[in-house]
Amino acid sequence: MVVPRPVLVFLLLGFAGLTVFPWVGESFYIELVMRMMIFGIFAMSLDLLIGFTGLVSFGHAAFFGLAGYLLAIVTPESGPVSIWLALPVCLLGVALAALVIGWFSVRTSGIYFIMITLAFAQMLFYFFNENSALGGSDGIFIFYKPTIAVAGSTLLDLDSRFTFYYFVLSSLVASYLLLRILLSSPFGQVIRGIRANEARTRALGFATFRYKLVSFIIAGTLAGYAGFLEGVHGGIMSPAHLGWHESGLVMMMVILGGMGTLYGPVLGAFAMVYLQDWFQDITEHWLLLMGGFVIAVVLFLPHGIAGLVHQISSLLSRAKGGAPDHE
Amino acid sequence: MSETVLTTANLTCNFGALNAVDSVSLEFLRGEIHAIIGPNGAGKTTLINLLSGDLPPTAGQIHFKDKDITRFTSDQVSRAGIGRSYQKTNIFPQFTCFENCWTGAQSREPSSMRFFRPARNLTKVNERTEKALELCGLTHRRGTVASAMSYGEQRQLEIGMMLATEPELLLLDEPLAGMGVEESQQVIGLLRGLALKHTLILIEHDMDAVFSIAEKLTVMENGRVLESGTVEEIRASKAVQEAYLGDGQDE
Repeated sequence: MVVPRPVLVFLLLGFAGLTVFPWVGESFYIELVMRMMIFGIFAMSLDLLIGFTGLVSFGHAAFFGLAGYLLAIVTPESGPVSIWLALPVCLLGVALAALVIGWFSVRTSGIYFIMITLAFAQMLFYFFNENSALGGSDGIFIFYKPTIAVAGSTLLDLDSRFTFYYFVLSSLVASYLLLRILLSSPFGQVIRGIRANEARTRALGFATFRYKLVSFIIAGTLAGYAGFLEGVHGGIMSPAHLGWHESGLVMMMVILGGMGTLYGPVLGAFAMVYLQDWFQDITEHWLLLMGGFVIAVVLFLPHGIAGLVHQISSLLSRAKGGAPDHE
Repeated sequence: MSETVLTTANLTCNFGALNAVDSVSLEFLRGEIHAIIGPNGAGKTTLINLLSGDLPPTAGQIHFKDKDITRFTSDQVSRAGIGRSYQKTNIFPQFTCFENCWTGAQSREPSSMRFFRPARNLTKVNERTEKALELCGLTHRRGTVASAMSYGEQRQLEIGMMLATEPELLLLDEPLAGMGVEESQQVIGLLRGLALKHTLILIEHDMDAVFSIAEKLTVMENGRVLESGTVEEIRASKAVQEAYLGDGQDE
């Protein structure tokens, strides 16, 4: 569970880079990096399930999209909504959905779990896709970003790109730290046991169903938070945000980034969002290039991008004079 | 003088037409080492699986102390005070030896639904883990990843994880399986020590080991209890001699 020191240095450098980026980057890339960070949170939330609880959910986008839709619903057309109303509505709504979906899904495992989470997500997809009051397949606009005010005075103005950028960056760091704390807690020990050997975890006295369900709710709620940010950022929510494409995309971020590492899926999100943009510039057949990239990573980097970072940083630290690569 | 701690009444488990365990009624006394023997396919492991809650019985009852635990699942059985070790090594391969025992020890906390406090701050869990490591003789291997340990050590760890849950009654499914002579002696010594404070129910194929430590024996065949009693009673039993131990002429 301990992050090796060279990797920690790498992460801090990455954080420093993200912190100064709005001063040096073009506005197009600032928007892109925000998207990367939002997907980084989304991917980390899925890593809690896949990489730490052993639950391969193929319907994780349901929570991401649902939170965005809830934001769209509570935002009136006439003006902004207060974040003190919007955020609790989005998170509680998503947590409730995760409770219900998890209640049924978590009883199953393996391929059945994949199927049932996919089925639930597709149900939500069709609900929003067919619902003309919510824009149907075109989606729904979120005309105003929520306000963050205390006693009438604005605390943060999310309409400012700078402010919103740092709001997202803080969210990314806070989500990472929160999950780290969670994973080293007694609860974290139990879910890691479930991933390693569920039958044995149960035989040792843990009612594993409950722990899996709570993990599912936490992961769903965090995905909902990412979806909330996506709604604020993009200003539009469409059924595609809940579809199996989106679930597959975030799953690829987790796997390519390196599951069970937390920071790996964030790197995966950065890589996928960047490559998507880059390949689209090169050719309209960009999905072919993306496919090639996925195959290359799976073949040559079995532990994902995080595995590569791990290798490079331990090589560097050894070259520097045999500093121990583990604390 | 000793009280009954675990009883089964007409315990039955069918797999389709097969009666894996067939109307087994047994009593286990506190502080005793009770060995269950019998040929392969006699239903010994199925019986243990019923007692530990890994399998639900088709019929019959199980009582542990004052509680009816017939319908308990394995986590409930564990929390009631019955620990079990498995015939096939059943550990957390990618955890360290310490973490394997820790997981068992943590299960005795009132709840593990605690999200913000580092697990390693739980001093009682730490104490239980250290004790279990010491008992199973793996203190020196604490930091080793379980999958990197020798087979014999993994078997010891299997027992250590169970001990970390501080059970009153231990179900041991072939604790000596696949162990060398020296390792076996070590584990037999451990079981003798445990028997001072615990009730032990074990399945074992090593007859020398069984006769050297068990006080009570139950012989099973085709899912049924052929005979149950003290070691002397079993040695004297005609039915057992015919069915299982041979006719006694070859010694």
